[in-house]
Amino acid sequence: MEQHLPLIWAVLIATAVFLYVVMDGFDLGLGILFPWFTEKDERDVMVNSVAPMWDGNETWLVLGGAGLYAVFPLAYATIFPALYMPLILMLLALIFRGVSFEMRFKAHNARAQLWWDRAFCWGSYVAGFCQGIALGALVQGIEVRDRAYAGGWWDWLTPFSLLTGFALLVGYGLLGACWLIWRTEGDIASKARHHARRLGIGTLGCILLISLIMPFLQPYFRERWLTLPWMLYAAPVPILVAVFAWRFFRAIPATEAREAEAPHDPTGRGFRWRDGAPFLYVLGWFFLSYTGLGISLWPNIVPPSVSIWDAAASPASQMFLLVGASVLIPIILAYTAYVYWLFRGKVRVGAGYH
Amino acid sequence: MALDWLPSALDLARFQFAFTITFHFLFPAFTIGLASFLAVLEALWLSTGRAVYLDVFRYWLKVFAIAFAMGVVSGVVMSYQIGTNWSVFADRTGNVLGPVMGYEVLTAFFLEAGFLGIMLFGLERVGKKLHFAATCLVAIGTLISAFWILSANSWMHTPAGHSILPDGRFMPEDWWAIVFNPSFPFRFAHTVTGAYLTTAFIVGGVAAFHLLRDSRNERTRTMFSMAMWMAAIVAPMQIVLGDFHGLNTLEHQPQKVAAMEGHWERQRGAPLILLGQPDMAAEETHVLLEIPRLSGLILTHEWDGETPGLKDVPPEERPTNVPLVFWAFRVMVGLGTAMATLGLLSLGLRWRGRLYDTRWFLRAALVMGPAGLVAVTAGWITTEAGRQPYTVYGLLRTADSVSPLAAPAVGASLLAFIVVYFIVFGAGVWFLFRLFGQPPHVAEEGPEETQPIRTSGITPGPAMHHAGPHGSALGDSPKRH
Ligand code: HDD
Ligand code: HEM
Ligand code: HEM
Repeated sequence: MEQHLPLIWAVLIATAVFLYVVMDGFDLGLGILFPWFTEKDERDVMVNSVAPMWDGNETWLVLGGAGLYAVFPLAYATIFPALYMPLILMLLALIFRGVSFEMRFKAHNARAQLWWDRAFCWGSYVAGFCQGIALGALVQGIEVRDRAYAGGWWDWLTPFSLLTGFALLVGYGLLGACWLIWRTEGDIASKARHHARRLGIGTLGCILLISLIMPFLQPYFRERWLTLPWMLYAAPVPILVAVFAWRFFRAIPATEAREAEAPHDPTGRGFRWRDGAPFLYVLGWFFLSYTGLGISLWPNIVPPSVSIWDAAASPASQMFLLVGASVLIPIILAYTAYVYWLFRGKVRVGAGYH
Repeated sequence: MALDWLPSALDLARFQFAFTITFHFLFPAFTIGLASFLAVLEALWLSTGRAVYLDVFRYWLKVFAIAFAMGVVSGVVMSYQIGTNWSVFADRTGNVLGPVMGYEVLTAFFLEAGFLGIMLFGLERVGKKLHFAATCLVAIGTLISAFWILSANSWMHTPAGHSILPDGRFMPEDWWAIVFNPSFPFRFAHTVTGAYLTTAFIVGGVAAFHLLRDSRNERTRTMFSMAMWMAAIVAPMQIVLGDFHGLNTLEHQPQKVAAMEGHWERQRGAPLILLGQPDMAAEETHVLLEIPRLSGLILTHEWDGETPGLKDVPPEERPTNVPLVFWAFRVMVGLGTAMATLGLLSLGLRWRGRLYDTRWFLRAALVMGPAGLVAVTAGWITTEAGRQPYTVYGLLRTADSVSPLAAPAVGASLLAFIVVYFIVFGAGVWFLFRLFGQPPHVAEEGPEETQPIRTSGITPGPAMHHAGPHGSALGDSPKRH
């Protein structure tokens, strides 16, 4: 059991981070789409569609941080100083964004609201970009000596990390657009479809480019992807990405066709799973890219030298938190799902929460 | 080095932590109390059916939404800052404090965040009972959050239940002893009542402001009355709790108590220094006003009890900023005494039926509005500056806790935090003041009533028709009254 604890926790924390990426991903994505949705009504609908959930979405980020501190303290104590600047910038951006959620509705005039909209939009861009940079810098490797970060404070800035920063922005934008296809209708939805197509192509391009560069970053990444038998295990990942891509580009026009023929749904609560199809395929891409990343990094948590076993806390600490986590995480997932269910359906213009 | 006059990375990191956490705590100090206040208001509304309570509930709900959002975003910063700026501390204490904070996220933050959406937007969707449950869960969540974070913080003051590896890392041995470490019960009780008082005085101050203009508004009267009950009951309690807390500190951190009292020599029958100025170079306190024997009496509950002095230990073991500890403590105690006085006066006025129209008293309550926030901050400064030069008392020095970061990196981030916090939270607080400036109306509009959540896309008119099982909450609209 004791050797397996770090493994269980690695999976749990990876899951928390993944949930964060997709859940806050689509609400950051809405901010990223703001420049293309300039009407006040459009923006109100977009923000309303996530207003009851954004806080919960962001809590997964806190769990990721606190979880690392608790079960992989060495990773927490080396990754965070190494990524000092992008992380601090991300936190500052999240402050702007979080506060503008409440404030943009309560702004007393159009100009004040415009400023809060800008805070929301720029906050989303900077947060998303910094998260991508942090990811790229982590994958490239962090120098650890004597249980401490041993690199400089600009090490995170490389062409590769800038690329991953950009890629994450495109990906979040895509998640946001697909969320809108699902949760809105009419003009907003058709605009979202238009953007989803372009962002879909962009995201696929980024995935491809990053996959091509990855094997050259660390020798053992190359081993994973380009030698047998690893290649066989890894092969389903690119294949499934292609399958989802094909389905994705067919699902978008389908939502349009359904909207054209469906009689107007007066309550709007009729829940149309199938409008969520593009969103689900994009989730699939994210999941596969994330799995690909896991295949590359395994078994390291701080590449290139610190494995999950090196970084793990004492078994007593891991066990203590695991007992609670195994009861509480299912409960959390249940009530989170309930809240999403409660606020389901199409969000309409002129009907704010505030 | 030529740049010796510049602050070190350590000083900058210390200042950054102090700045961000002080800012952060201002919001929870208010929202912990406010969440409970809202739960009580909703309970009163549900059980009596009186619309006043719903109006007051809605008035404060808007405030809560903003204060809570600011607490959340400033709190996210805290959970990352321990890793970015105090990485050695994080590596050494992760095994012990990490799970405690992990439990805070799992038991409190998700609970608050999950049900906050329902509390703010869901009255129409879920009906009254479930909505009330959501309000209670958010309130309980804030208390659970306080429980865990204060347990972690208290462990840093009175570490227990651990062992230490040769490389300096703390290892858990007994979780019960870690979570319920010796200073925790006192700190928890004292901080939570502090948060309740903070809320009571803000509510009381806002109500007083409006009563001075119109002493007949039933909603402001209700607010004021509730706030003054809290002041009258909880403020004296807080003094008693503070006394217990101080005795506990005397046992575990005598140096801190000596700094709070401004005592340099160990002595019997020590005087209580009311005003004075501790002088760290001369190792003495220049006394302006003192009461003989009282300090010894308070701290030992004996006429001739012995109390510690700062000179009991060498200078490098003493708190690094004695005047700060000394003065912050006086600010807190002074305000606590003022709060209890106001509470007692309110009882007298209430008995004579003059609570709502005695102008000097209303003015006093208005001035005391921010007293809780100031007292809470002063209390934290006493506690934390008094713990120096350690982060884990007696075991891990602050100077050995800091991340291997370059001073310019920390300096730049500190500057960014200061600028951003003043802009964003400044705007938020300014907006709160605008809300406070409006008196609570009849049929106070909530985030809910006039513009219900409408993924359903119906305008308020049809909403009334559709008021089936979901709409029943609306059917009870206070507009009838
Ligand atoms: C409304 C808030 C408030 C008020 C009126 C008071 N306090 Fe306080 N005090 C706090 C809010 C607070 C706090 C924020 O809750 C602190 C900071 C850290 C802690 O544990 O509690 C604190 C700390 C604190 C400490 C330091 C404990 C330590 O060593 O960590 C002592 C000895 C006292 N208090 C004593 C008092 C006394 C004797 C008071 C009455 C006259 C008093 N406090 C009023
Ligand atoms: C477990 C969490 C906490 C950690 C890791 C922590 C650690 C620290 C550290 C490293 C410093 C800087 C060292 C220094 O000032 O010399 C500090 C100072 C401070 N902290 Fe804490 N602390 C914690 C909890 C809190 C809480 C919950 C509060 C209150 C809201 C608080 C209030 C302060 C204040 C006001 C200072 C400044 C004291 C001074 O002037 O030196 N701390 N703390
Ligand atoms: C080192 C000290 C602290 C850290 C690291 C910390 C961390 C956090 C974080 C990450 C959040 C946001 C959670 C979310 O996303 O919902 C938060 C909010 C909150 N914190 Fe803190 N916190 C600290 C000190 C405190 C203290 C001392 C208290 C209470 C006594 C407290 C009470 C709360 C409450 C009630 C919230 C909910 C949000 C709000 O009411 O504003 N925190 N904190």
